[in-house]
Amino acid sequence: MIASNTSNRIVIQPVTRVEGHGKVTILLDEQRRVQQARLHIVEFRGFERFIQGRPYWEVPVLVQRLCGICPVSHHLAAAKAMDRIVGVRQLTPTAEKIRRLMHYGQFFQSHALHFFHLVSPDLLFGFDADPAIRNVIGVAAKFPDLAVQGVMMRKYGQEIIKLTAGKKIHGTGAIPGGVNKNLTTAERDLLLKDLPQMLTWSRAAHKLAKDYTTEHLAKLAPFGSFESNHLSLIRADGAMDLYHGNLRAIEAQGHKIFDQIDYQNYLDYIVEEVRNWSYMKFPFIKSMGPEKGWYRVGPLARLNTADFIDTPEAEKARQEFMAVTNNKPNNISMAYHWARMIELLHAIEKIQQLLQDADLQGKDLMVQGQRQRTGIGLIEAPRGTLFHHYEVDEQDLVVRANLIVSTTHNNEAMNRAVQKVAHDHLSGVEITEGLLNHVEVAIRAYDPCLSCATHALGQMPLIVELLDHAGHLLDTRSRN
Amino acid sequence: MAKPRVATTSLAGCFGCHMSILDIDDRILKLVELVDFDKSPIDDFKTFTGRCAVGLIEGGCCNEENVHVLQDFRQHCDILISLGDCATMGGIPALRNTIPLRECLEEAYLHGPSVYNPSGRIPNDPEIPLLLNKVYPCHEVVKIDYHLPGCPPSADTIWETLVALLSDKPVQLPYELIKYD
Ligand code: SF4
Repeated sequence: MIASNTSNRIVIQPVTRVEGHGKVTILLDEQRRVQQARLHIVEFRGFERFIQGRPYWEVPVLVQRLCGICPVSHHLAAAKAMDRIVGVRQLTPTAEKIRRLMHYGQFFQSHALHFFHLVSPDLLFGFDADPAIRNVIGVAAKFPDLAVQGVMMRKYGQEIIKLTAGKKIHGTGAIPGGVNKNLTTAERDLLLKDLPQMLTWSRAAHKLAKDYTTEHLAKLAPFGSFESNHLSLIRADGAMDLYHGNLRAIEAQGHKIFDQIDYQNYLDYIVEEVRNWSYMKFPFIKSMGPEKGWYRVGPLARLNTADFIDTPEAEKARQEFMAVTNNKPNNISMAYHWARMIELLHAIEKIQQLLQDADLQGKDLMVQGQRQRTGIGLIEAPRGTLFHHYEVDEQDLVVRANLIVSTTHNNEAMNRAVQKVAHDHLSGVEITEGLLNHVEVAIRAYDPCLSCATHALGQMPLIVELLDHAGHLLDTRSRN
Repeated sequence: MAKPRVATTSLAGCFGCHMSILDIDDRILKLVELVDFDKSPIDDFKTFTGRCAVGLIEGGCCNEENVHVLQDFRQHCDILISLGDCATMGGIPALRNTIPLRECLEEAYLHGPSVYNPSGRIPNDPEIPLLLNKVYPCHEVVKIDYHLPGCPPSADTIWETLVALLSDKPVQLPYELIKYD
């Protein structure tokens, strides 16, 4: 795990218990003080380019292959963009509610996966516990009930996705202008059967995250923390809305930078800087510039930007959460976990409301309007605001695509968290595996989906030869 | 007797195949009784700790690092399985194979509508791996013992395969479990 080609360069590779491919490098000076610490995104796919020339109706099923962890988010963001392409501004009630159910199911499974499967080992065993047990299997051995709970909660979310999208991973439910199926009463009853158990477990998961955060607040508050701006979608009345809304950005004290911005105009507000050491770009608020304009997204940002949550238990939890920082924005990186569990509670409350709604059995699934050239779709994915933007020509083929994925918005913040932890914990001391895990703990707080973030590609710095197992040269690539 | 070890990795894949492994749901608790996990993104073993019976590979090879990881898996695993359409044939990432790499890079880092890049740079640093000009399926790089199609292969497909291999039985998947999508 500690690879080092010079005595003062430390590499953590791969970053584990996060979704996707990443690497951290830390440079030390002669006194072994941290000079520089960076999180690199090491993969590139090139979606923006190779999607050109594909028919628009294929896009919602194609782009979700960016990411198998939150495929529903990409599926729905692309479908929302394609709604605009087919000239639809308002879906039928059945279509919108089926999509919402799919989306809340996705939140439920994704947040459960992150909390139980990936993060709980750090919280239960300590940041520097033995790496051999510091994983979900270790949790299963020591806290079997908790492991079962995590597995079954994730399964419930996946079942919702399967019943609304046709498949647990990479489904096909949303189509331009609507959905391709409703929810039968038999399917609904299946989901209702396990709902009480899921509500109970969600409350318990929220309590676990809340108690952990409040009990360790003195240690967690400075851990990889810093002040920042926050960005999310927001409903017209200021409520948290994970499926749809307008853009709101606030600064570290809570003052609004902009509010209720129609996201069709996002290019006036957000741009992305390219840096040469990561395939992931660095977005910032245009009017503030790259130095001051960077921001955070995701559960913490959403709790900070929302005026309220429209489900009772999550709203009560939100108030407790905001009280910790005297109703000012919470800038503590490790508070992401608590915020995430508040959203888990919100998601299950929303699922409960939706399952009682007869519109889910409606037959009116699709609308059509006048074909447009440009479609922009935004959604709050589990990890933060997700932007999809497409241009489609008269032959129905995509000619331009621009994707800003959730994790990309947190690029600057994750790098700051890595630097802060490296400075605070690694400088001038003997570096152990446990200390290096501290760096990853800070990254994990953001639940980065490095898989999504690799959709874009880079220039070769070296010469590489690809040989097959018999040693024959298959390919070479060199810097040009 | 020591339990057989299983390792997994994601190369140029979307993690969906790993999610499908987790979709075996509560059977995962049974699985950990049968095997020990070695290097995998779901634990903190960053290098192999021993010889593995089975290695599961998600994704094809799109950069030099993917190639090194795959070769490392071949060295340490008795049986190597290409899991999913990306590993078996490149999958969606291989859509870039018909387009010059430079065009893909320029679209992402120079021409995108939200790009701010006054100096016109494209990521290029020794710390980020060299991209291959094409995305390669795994069996073009090392020998692969089994191919499981699907995007992703279903949890049942993965489960049936693992159980058969770990109990030294031939892998006989029912017809419904073998499909590309
Ligand atoms: S085969 Fe499908 S699910 Fe698996 S990595 Fe490739 S795109 Fe993702």
